[in-house]
Amino acid sequence: MLGDTIAAISTPLGEGGIGIVRLSGPQSVEIAKSIFKVKSKDWPGKKSRELVYGHVYDQSGNIIDEVLICYMRAPNTYTREDVVEINCHGGIMPLKKVLETVIAGGARLAGPGEFSKRAFLNGRLDLAQAESVIDVIRSKTEAGLRIAAAQLKGDLSAKISSMQDRLLSLLAMVEANVDFPEEGLEELTVEKIKSLCEDLMEEIKEMIVKADAGRIYSEGISAVIIGMPNVGKSSLLNAMLRENRAIVTDVPGTTRDMIEEVINIKGIPLKIIDTAGLRETEDVIEKIGVARTKEAVDRAQIIMMVFDAEKGLGDGDLDIVGSVREKNTLFLINKDDIKEKLINVEEVTRLANGRPVIKISAKEGTGLKHLEKEIFDLVMQGKATGQDEVLVTKIRHKNALEITARCLGEALEGVDQGAPVDLVAIDIRSAWEALGEITGSSVTEELVDRIFRDFCIGK
Amino acid sequence: MEYLAGKYDVVVVGAGHAGCEAGLAAARMGCRTCVLTISMDSVAMMPCNPAVGGPAKGHLVREVDALGGEIGINTDRASVQMRLLNTAKGPAVHALRAQADKRAYQDCMKMTLEMQPGLDLKQAMVEKVVVEKGKIIAVVTNTGARFEAGAVVLTTGTYLKGRIIIGDLSYPGGPNGQYPSIGLSESLQRVGIGLGRFKTGTPARVDRKSIDFSRMTIQPGDEKTRNFSFVSEIKQREQIPCWLTHTTEETHRIIRENLNRAPLYCGVFQGRGPRYCPSIETKVVRFADKPTHQIFIEPEGKNTTEMYVQGMSTSLPEDIQLAMLRTVPGLEKVEVMRIGYAIEYDHVLPTQLKLNLELKNVAGLFTAGQINGTSGYEEAAAQGIMAGINAALYVKGKEPFILTRSEAYIGVLIDDLVTKEIDEPYRMLTSRAEYRLLLRQDNADLRLTEKGCQIGLVTPERLQLYEKKKSLVEAEKERLERTMAPVTEKIKSILAKVSSAGLPQQGISLAGLLRRPEISYEELRLLTGDEGELPEEVKEQVEIQVKYEGYIKKQKAQVERFERMEGKKLPKDIDYGQVKGISVEAKEKLEKVRPGSIGQAVRIAGVSPADISVLLIYLEQKRRRGEKRKLH
Repeated sequence: MLGDTIAAISTPLGEGGIGIVRLSGPQSVEIAKSIFKVKSKDWPGKKSRELVYGHVYDQSGNIIDEVLICYMRAPNTYTREDVVEINCHGGIMPLKKVLETVIAGGARLAGPGEFSKRAFLNGRLDLAQAESVIDVIRSKTEAGLRIAAAQLKGDLSAKISSMQDRLLSLLAMVEANVDFPEEGLEELTVEKIKSLCEDLMEEIKEMIVKADAGRIYSEGISAVIIGMPNVGKSSLLNAMLRENRAIVTDVPGTTRDMIEEVINIKGIPLKIIDTAGLRETEDVIEKIGVARTKEAVDRAQIIMMVFDAEKGLGDGDLDIVGSVREKNTLFLINKDDIKEKLINVEEVTRLANGRPVIKISAKEGTGLKHLEKEIFDLVMQGKATGQDEVLVTKIRHKNALEITARCLGEALEGVDQGAPVDLVAIDIRSAWEALGEITGSSVTEELVDRIFRDFCIGK
Repeated sequence: MEYLAGKYDVVVVGAGHAGCEAGLAAARMGCRTCVLTISMDSVAMMPCNPAVGGPAKGHLVREVDALGGEIGINTDRASVQMRLLNTAKGPAVHALRAQADKRAYQDCMKMTLEMQPGLDLKQAMVEKVVVEKGKIIAVVTNTGARFEAGAVVLTTGTYLKGRIIIGDLSYPGGPNGQYPSIGLSESLQRVGIGLGRFKTGTPARVDRKSIDFSRMTIQPGDEKTRNFSFVSEIKQREQIPCWLTHTTEETHRIIRENLNRAPLYCGVFQGRGPRYCPSIETKVVRFADKPTHQIFIEPEGKNTTEMYVQGMSTSLPEDIQLAMLRTVPGLEKVEVMRIGYAIEYDHVLPTQLKLNLELKNVAGLFTAGQINGTSGYEEAAAQGIMAGINAALYVKGKEPFILTRSEAYIGVLIDDLVTKEIDEPYRMLTSRAEYRLLLRQDNADLRLTEKGCQIGLVTPERLQLYEKKKSLVEAEKERLERTMAPVTEKIKSILAKVSSAGLPQQGISLAGLLRRPEISYEELRLLTGDEGELPEEVKEQVEIQVKYEGYIKKQKAQVERFERMEGKKLPKDIDYGQVKGISVEAKEKLEKVRPGSIGQAVRIAGVSPADISVLLIYLEQKRRRGEKRKLH
């Protein structure tokens, strides 16, 4: 709500020369000061809107990035609040790190359209602009919800609900005892609280590490490679991997007939899914493969359709082209290194219908730069969107996990100092609420439900 | 034939725990007040358990007392036993619970009403509310008596279209053999008030002479005499014990075999019952793996042999009740004096209320207690005093008196009622209070007495007591912070004995020592050999405030965030249909609840943070358009 300090990455993600992390609110300077070191000691000095050179450090004192920082004094700013802008190197990693550091320093991750909302509420934008602020809030919220829901599928969601469930059972036991002391209910022992909190701490720490490594989320934009058997899909993937530093390899949980890899193209994390196995066998597995491929195609923002230059266009190729009509598709003619080609390039260009047609050789590595540029352009033109929200959701989740861990730590501290269980419960409740931020649930109602579900209480 | 029976500032309909507080509060604030009751003999009746207080409920009693209400003082007078519960837990959940002599409770309260200047107590059954131009102007009884009023408080408990259910038997009735109130429900509906239907129940009362107490465990009260009220000075009181026994396999067998005759399982009920107060048949069905359930046998009073069978609330047929009671150890030869029953009744859907407990669509009409869908004497009293205060303020044309969730359990209770859509009788629980470490029973006076004073309910004596306590607490806290623990061998050895850390090099204040979990205030005094005796409640207060400072600070920070949201008020005339960009569900809910602040809006289920953002922008748009218009 108004009155606190918010932060966000305020430039589009991607390979820009610089990217900006912006803070707005009364603690902007205080927070920036705590993470920013500069040679002249009196930053921010008296001058507003002065660019100052320095470094951003994380809590352990490691340099994150070399930055230019700018303090803009209220009320002559976009939000009419104190604003600090940190100009970092472009690219997702430094921006993400800097944002996480300011959040750890006390800022709150800005909600959808929140800078504009503040600008309007503080009288900076005029009435005519209010409508568009509302539109931004609505559309960004919806996009965010979609992404959060998508990311919460599967493993992560199961883990978080299991943690919430265990915390809730613990809380219900404390609370049932507090509210119904004469019912002869099982008393909660300090040991029980301790062991559960410790277990959960372990699990959360592991999740945070994984979140950092980008393992538990679908990272950034996803691109899928499709095409007939033996057109060189896997070779293309391998070639792209060779060219680019892989952030993550061998993501667990992938299916036997699909391989996922994340590569970094000019700062954009790109998840590439190779649908090897498609139509390569005629058994049941093949059918599953087809279904999975379709699903991957539906979810992907970019499709790399691979043709074999050595062969002519077959019915199979046409079928696949037909199934990706609406998508951001790149038409790749592979095996460009082979001399005797049968493929009809004009026909492929006609099928592409204005979409890029690129000749490549996965074997020789030619054409890959061109391919990457086309991918980059698609992202930058906003055709393959989603990554801002994905990143924000990710940071939000990680932040929630960190708060959960901190609350559990405080609960354990309380236990060690012999605090009564109902006080320890305050911290456990906060831990539950932090997880609730991810799943969107509220503690009071669920707690009361759980008490009456689990315990036989009554006069 | 209708005739004018009287003109009052405030008329209270009903003289249960809500009605008594409402009537007293209004009269004490200088309003000419009339309290109408179906029967003179049922004023402040306790138709269910003979107990007051317990966790959260006891907190409510103390808060009502701190504001200048009566339930605390009355319980202290009528109590036959008191216990402080949860003493092994933190101070926030310590809870006083009293067993009361029901007859004495009624007599004391009735006398207090009778002696209250400016208050008339009359026996009458109200059948009609008279509303003109959206305002309440009068109520009319079944005998045609018309009482005109500036404000009316309805506290009709479980009487509205009350129906008693015992097995397959069912008939119209109020609690404990009283008449139901039939006509008023329709009159309320005619003026556009939406009603729901709830159910509750009570166990049998049995004859003390027929009980074999040797087969039960005695449950005495605390040795130390305690009081609910901050102004009660009772130092000694006779304590009557309760008794603990339990159900057996045989009890459960009888219940299971007769479930086909249980109204709960053969579809007789229309109303929704509370989960926290299940009948014995519900417990046996839902917790089938529990071989036994606790039963407390509690005295209904000093001058009666009636005993309350806590834990055996039921609506099974009479013959089954008798059979199952006789399977309980100690009750083998029991004689039943009053049979257990379930009761269904109409209640007002509380989202129709404003935070001052006034109906949104009928100005000057207030409701409090079970009519608002709550259960419990304490919940009723808490709403009663608030409705009485607000009816008086309404008549005087003053701003409403509202307590927030961070100030009192009363605030949590009323905010929950008007904001959330409840689907079972609402009982106060400490788990419902977000800031319960601040809302302790020990500091209810520090939280509320000044407020009670501002609205004119608190007597000078009470104010004086409060001010004295407050200044003593402050002075002692300051002394503890200021004074460094003397570095003596004696102290060192005592510290070592309670396995506390030694004295740090840089020294430590007495407050610092007290913050150590293993050192209590009494031990601190032994350590330092302090002289001078402070009153018990002062020592307690100092100890809690110092010892739990860390947690208290944490909650205060949460409260600050909470108050920012509460501080953003929403205009009364907002048309949510006109707010573009809010989800359809949120629009409906906001229209229904019509929250008073952004904070309250946030608590409505179905209103998302994005909806709140849009609402804030809408308000700013509206404000600026208004300004523009003024300029032109």
